[in-house]
Amino acid sequence: MAAGTGSGRTISSTFAPVRNYLLAPSWLVIGIFLLVPVLLMLVYSFLTKEFRGGVIWEFSLAAYDQFLFDRGLFGDDPPKIEWAYITIFARSIVQATGATILCLLIGFPTAYYIATRPTKTRAVWLFLVTIPYWVNLLIRTVSMKFLIRDNGPLNDALMGIGLFDSPLQLINTNTAVQLGLFYSYLPFMVLPIYAALERYNFAFSEAASDLYAPKWTILRWILIPVVKPGIIAGCILVFVPSLGAFLAPDLLGGAKTFMIGSLIEEQFKGNAGNWPFGAAASMILLSMVLVVLMFYARAQARDQV
Amino acid sequence: MTLKSLLTSTALVMTAQAAAAEGSLSVYHWFEYIPQELVDKFEAEYDIDVTIDTYDSNEALLASLKAGTLGSYDVAVPGDYMVQIMAGEGLLDTIAPGELSNFGNIQPQWVDVAFDPGRQHSIPYQWGSTSFSVNRDVYAGDINSTAILFDPPAELAGKINVLDSQGEVMALASLHLGIPQCTTDRDQLRALDDLLQTASESWASFGSDIAKDVLVSGDAAAGMIYNGFSAKAREEGANIEYAYPDEGYVVWMDNVVLLKDAPNRANAILFMDFLLEPENIAAVTNYAQYAAGVEGAAEFTDPALASSPENTPREGAGPGAFIAVCDQATQEVYDQIWTRLRS
Amino acid sequence: MRSRFDIRHYSGFFAITCACLFILYAPLIVVMIYSFNDSLSITTWGGFSLRWYADVFTGPESEKFKLAAWNSLSIAVMAASVATVIATAAAIGMIRGGKFKGKSASFALISLPIMVPEIVTAVATLIFFSAIGFQLGTLSILVAHIVFCIPFAYLPIAARLQGIEASYEEAAQDLYAGRWPTFRYVLMPIMGPGIVSGFLLAFIISLDDFIITNFIKGAGVETLPTAIFGSVKQGIKPNIMALSTLMLVFSIALVTLSYFIGKRGADPDTTA
Repeated sequence: MAAGTGSGRTISSTFAPVRNYLLAPSWLVIGIFLLVPVLLMLVYSFLTKEFRGGVIWEFSLAAYDQFLFDRGLFGDDPPKIEWAYITIFARSIVQATGATILCLLIGFPTAYYIATRPTKTRAVWLFLVTIPYWVNLLIRTVSMKFLIRDNGPLNDALMGIGLFDSPLQLINTNTAVQLGLFYSYLPFMVLPIYAALERYNFAFSEAASDLYAPKWTILRWILIPVVKPGIIAGCILVFVPSLGAFLAPDLLGGAKTFMIGSLIEEQFKGNAGNWPFGAAASMILLSMVLVVLMFYARAQARDQV
Repeated sequence: MTLKSLLTSTALVMTAQAAAAEGSLSVYHWFEYIPQELVDKFEAEYDIDVTIDTYDSNEALLASLKAGTLGSYDVAVPGDYMVQIMAGEGLLDTIAPGELSNFGNIQPQWVDVAFDPGRQHSIPYQWGSTSFSVNRDVYAGDINSTAILFDPPAELAGKINVLDSQGEVMALASLHLGIPQCTTDRDQLRALDDLLQTASESWASFGSDIAKDVLVSGDAAAGMIYNGFSAKAREEGANIEYAYPDEGYVVWMDNVVLLKDAPNRANAILFMDFLLEPENIAAVTNYAQYAAGVEGAAEFTDPALASSPENTPREGAGPGAFIAVCDQATQEVYDQIWTRLRS
Repeated sequence: MRSRFDIRHYSGFFAITCACLFILYAPLIVVMIYSFNDSLSITTWGGFSLRWYADVFTGPESEKFKLAAWNSLSIAVMAASVATVIATAAAIGMIRGGKFKGKSASFALISLPIMVPEIVTAVATLIFFSAIGFQLGTLSILVAHIVFCIPFAYLPIAARLQGIEASYEEAAQDLYAGRWPTFRYVLMPIMGPGIVSGFLLAFIISLDDFIITNFIKGAGVETLPTAIFGSVKQGIKPNIMALSTLMLVFSIALVTLSYFIGKRGADPDTTA
């Protein structure tokens, strides 16, 4: 992810005099159409909601208050901590963490196996892992939905081989969402770890092996620390999109329990029509992601020293 | 500003192909609610290109229009209470008297309706009911009570789909409790909240557009559903029965409304007139299996429809009730109850 | 040599790799198989047939899908083209622009669209367009797509440019070539594969997008993902499976294309 920041072997400055002209289009486009909107969203989160959608330009902390405090159904009880939204955020974090761990457990060995193949076959394996990454996420989620429904192919197969008597109820459960997130972002885990492993010098492992280090010790104490940046990058690439996912909870989870993505969507497209609250929830999600990314940047900076 | 002109010109190129016909009409409609043949017929008759976008609840329609799509659609098809809300929000244009040549075709009982007195903004599209259907292979017991949804028997618990439509869920829940809709009584609102919180533990999914499919595919054993949609599910092979519960059920009428700032207002009027022709609106009835509100449509509708179990309320069923429009304070409580359901 | 081979091998990793590929492909293959199902019902097998492929092109929903496919492709081509041009300029500015203040801030801005979660981008864009009174439609989708395509185009292009020795341009400059000819005749041919993969990545990212498009689409503008989503909610029908399979094949063709382009232009320094 960090391509472009690293300093090249020599810092060329052929285009230095026109640098600002070259950079200006990207600054302008992203600045006007993303940075300004995000700042505007921050402003909106402090506005008063208009009944049935939209905002009134009056300062208000109501959105954040609603997020944090439960004042009862009628808004006049003494404030207690509001668990509803914290639960939704916690659920999303748990789901995203679960997906990340699952992806790591499957993704690391896969990346390792591919990286240790001879160059020729390696390309084939890599190609196979890349294809699903290019296939439309919606189509992959729909395929998963089709596969795991009550009388879908998976249950047919499981009951066919006599593993279960009645269909395994997967669809519309949190397990299905977990499975969907894991499935959606698995290639995101494999590719960066593979990239790190490809540069790994196996001489380190050999040296350790010559000193009679057991194989799993080598993996744990020599190899993993060296390829750690790739692992962290993979984890972030899975965790961040899982956190704000919309398709998996909507299609696989039956839209029954909200995750952050569906909670936000509901404020703008669904029944609730509470724009400031949707903006506030988006800001909270964004802050969480930025914190994660800051840790990543700091860890990376430390590794480079 | 060259970027902007580039974008504008490319957008022009892209929209150019849509403007090939004499005129165009942009319809914002419920999903699966108008037969393609009827759209084709209108397009051919008037040389007008029709584009149809779909939504899956009255609330989603309102949200989308308020979020910036107003001004790009000509007509929409909101339910009764939503016509009233949209009119109050200033989202509707007024149809001048005499502007619709087929206005006289509207059945008298549907002209001066409470949600749009004198039909200033709308014409009838279809009317029907909302309650629920149960898969008879899974549950053979009595289904004549809203308890099926709100206090389900063990066979159905965890296998229920509920419409993702606040208005309908709140109205049915109020009927179940025997409290008035949009009640301002705090104890009643608390009871409503408790009921839904408990009931939602037995619900598997929320969704309106999925309502038919989950019953056909067996993903759900019971589901809140519209009567015509349930009839279609039954025709597609689901062994389901649509209930007319003792506590009552929701009655609705969907209406074609003229939207404010409609880009093709004249074509919208043509379309509304077209849908007031008995033969045309009957085609919708035959497709969606609800009932039209136009004189003479019965002549063109499939006679079997009138006597279908979904269209015949059971003897002894509770009364049908239209969804009420709540004031802001109650609506905000409703919104809160609704969000708590999903957390 | 024997110990080295041993060191690289961990038992079980091969099995996990196979499991990984199985997980990745099983749902897609199942859908592919069922797209050839003759039966109306998606759950029972009624024999091999191509009827659902015919249905995609001629059936009742075909017009919707054709229009959506056209919208998707034209938006993706335009968004990816504009994003690639912007990203190429940015990459040269960042990597060949010497040392400058605000370089990391500039990089942060360019990668902002990747860092911000999609749903947040969707909300922010919707609020922005609503606040300035911008009519939602094709243009709003196009603008949003250009924004999030920029970093995806930028990454491969920048990576490629970093691998190119500065001596090429310096030689050209020594021969008094202006900056434009230096870019056009020296740098761009070497950067070519990077630019093409940047374009392809941006293209596929634009095609893939659902959340943002769904938030800001206007009247009558469906892209393939939003059209499929609307359709799928009412039940996974066999024609959707056929359409999915077609899109799958299209994606595979694109990966193959980008793979060969990447292979042809591998390692500019060593081949030169």
